Amino acid sequence: MNFNHETTKLDFVKHRKKFFTFSAVLISVGIILLSTIGLNLGIDFSSGTTMDVLADETVTEAEIAEEFASIGLEPDDITLAGDENDVGRAVFIGVLSQEETLEAQRHFEELYGSVPTVSSVTPIVGEELAMNALISVLIACVGIIIYVSIRFQFMYGLAAIVALFHDALFILAVFSIIQWEVNIPFIAAVLTIIGYSINDTIVTFDRIRENMKLEERVKTFEDVSRVVNKSLIQTLARSINTVLTVVFAAGALLIFGGEAIRTFSLALVVGLVAGTYSSLFIAAQLWAVLKARQLKRAKFKSQDVQESEA
Amino acid sequence: MKKKKRGVQKWRIAVFFVLVAFFAGLIATNVTDHADDIRLGLDLQGGFEVLYEVTPVGEDQEVDRELLTDTVAAINARIDVLGVSEPNVTIEGEDRVRVQLAGVTDQQSARELLSTEARLSLRDVEDNLLLDGSDFVEGGARSNFHGETNRPIVSITLRDANQMAEVSRHVMEYDPPDNRMAIWLDYDEDDSFAEEINKEDSKIVSAPSVTRVLNTTDIMIESQTFTVEETQHLAGILNAGALPVQLDEIYSNSVGASLGERAMDLAITAGFIGIALIFAYMLLYYRFMGMIAVITLSVYIYFVLVVFNWMNAVLTLPGIAALILGVGMAVDANIITYERIKDELRSGKSSMSAFKAGSRRSLSTILDANITTILAAGVLFYYGTSAVQGFAIMLITSILVSFITAVFGSRLLLGLWVNSRILNKKPKLFGVKESEISEL
Repeated sequence: MNFNHETTKLDFVKHRKKFFTFSAVLISVGIILLSTIGLNLGIDFSSGTTMDVLADETVTEAEIAEEFASIGLEPDDITLAGDENDVGRAVFIGVLSQEETLEAQRHFEELYGSVPTVSSVTPIVGEELAMNALISVLIACVGIIIYVSIRFQFMYGLAAIVALFHDALFILAVFSIIQWEVNIPFIAAVLTIIGYSINDTIVTFDRIRENMKLEERVKTFEDVSRVVNKSLIQTLARSINTVLTVVFAAGALLIFGGEAIRTFSLALVVGLVAGTYSSLFIAAQLWAVLKARQLKRAKFKSQDVQESEA
Repeated sequence: MKKKKRGVQKWRIAVFFVLVAFFAGLIATNVTDHADDIRLGLDLQGGFEVLYEVTPVGEDQEVDRELLTDTVAAINARIDVLGVSEPNVTIEGEDRVRVQLAGVTDQQSARELLSTEARLSLRDVEDNLLLDGSDFVEGGARSNFHGETNRPIVSITLRDANQMAEVSRHVMEYDPPDNRMAIWLDYDEDDSFAEEINKEDSKIVSAPSVTRVLNTTDIMIESQTFTVEETQHLAGILNAGALPVQLDEIYSNSVGASLGERAMDLAITAGFIGIALIFAYMLLYYRFMGMIAVITLSVYIYFVLVVFNWMNAVLTLPGIAALILGVGMAVDANIITYERIKDELRSGKSSMSAFKAGSRRSLSTILDANITTILAAGVLFYYGTSAVQGFAIMLITSILVSFITAVFGSRLLLGLWVNSRILNKKPKLFGVKESEISEL
């Protein structure tokens, strides 16, 4: 894979409206889903108890339910996990009392020889966690905008943040569609993607900035799109290779990493792909549109000045 | 002027091999030591974690830093009774204490012991408070034997002898059999003497009748059923928890040992697979430079482990994820540099000047990219809770180490080859075809 910007005929800017439309549709669908069915919030964000039971053999939901019934507990939801369906996850809405928890742990330890994992959260803690996560995201965004504006220009920062929100929303939309349980590591994944997405965008912007300096005249939208296309093609091999290698790592975690980090790794994989997509097809194009508008305004201004002088 | 003959500088290549041999030797000899020394989080070795909310018991009490510190000390003392190694008790926010006990074999009794508030109170039969924890000498509980019967008892010490006299006088006002002084453990507002005294697992440890004024600072807690072990335990808990605060569990997470081990095995296997894929891809795509990347990435992984050990950090599941993500960042830094070098080669530059220009031009890009990610990780650390904080620390460490190895390590090792001139006019080794090179 080598991309020569003089011979490669890829016009990223020309099709910008298609990319914008594609993302807009996906994100609108996501927002609609988020506001209707919403996310499948794990007990980290609502409140309740989850209990992971590791059995020594393949189990069914009915078996797990029966075992819980035998000690007088009725889980609100039971799902199976593990390669051979040997992990049962029972979710209880509302926090179990300590006696109930201990009773269940003893029961399953006797039954399968291993102590179940129990996690419970009261509503206050869950709400606080969700709030803190949101605040963290906003603060991170402000910090990044400030940094990019200082190192580059405000317009780059603006385009980068739009791409960043695009990626964060993209992950949320996907999780709203597939209804996987969202937990604290998910928040960690979203925040990592925010860092990563900006990372990706910065690399292409870096090249655009460099190529802008090399250009003798950039006056029209055509000039701007030429620079953007050239920069994107020059960084294309890097963009593809980087996302491929990182997806190798995140993908291995997703496939082989076990249930405990599955949500985390899926969010990473989705976010990485979205991040690369947005820096190739959204951020640079958006910057091109903004830049062209700025150039146009500057031109009118200089015409005004000339007219008034005349 | 006589043109100096530019031969291959073999010594540079020799230095390269010496360096590689040095790191290979270093890694081979103590990577397992470092890997074994790293403390594992409770999600990886089993154990449990409880977040307590601290509420004052007395009305004139205020939850401040000092009280929280005292509470942590008391909890630590209580954990000592359990004999758990490396407990982690931390203050969180303004009124919370997080207790993490990794690797506890007997989780059930540990939980019971911790959750027992060990609030000792003396009450009359109408549940009026006579004395509570604040009236006792801290650490004054002892496992003892009754002077006459030789039965195991627990003795506690009061701060003020007059108090005891006053209290016993009050209890004596009741007619027998109500002249009893109930010794409560963890009395709650809706508990009552009448109900609790007949329960099998009663919160009332004992309720002796009082027939004379006791002018003493010592109180004996007796029970027909006490064993020596029980009195030692009770004395231990009382000493540890004789602090007048109430602990309410608001979050708990316990991981079974086998589930934890399984999670760790899976994550480590996944990590190896991911890293192997990355290595294979880098070798395939970047050829010679890919080899340099593989070496620096291996050194990166080793350094991260060493730094982790040195920081005394606790490795958790998100931590492993951050480590692998750090590999991704290191790979990205390598790719950015190598792509730049290839660009320069294609534009017709010699290997040496392409290497020089490529390294220089990629640096600011890598720097910007890393700083933005550190920024996000920093916010995570500042606002996150313990698990997320661990992840953030690991991510920041990974980025810093990856920056050093992927930028400077890579530059040093590749530089030795390039500057030895052995790679001159061999663009294929960099993955650049002759046909792609434009004439200058």
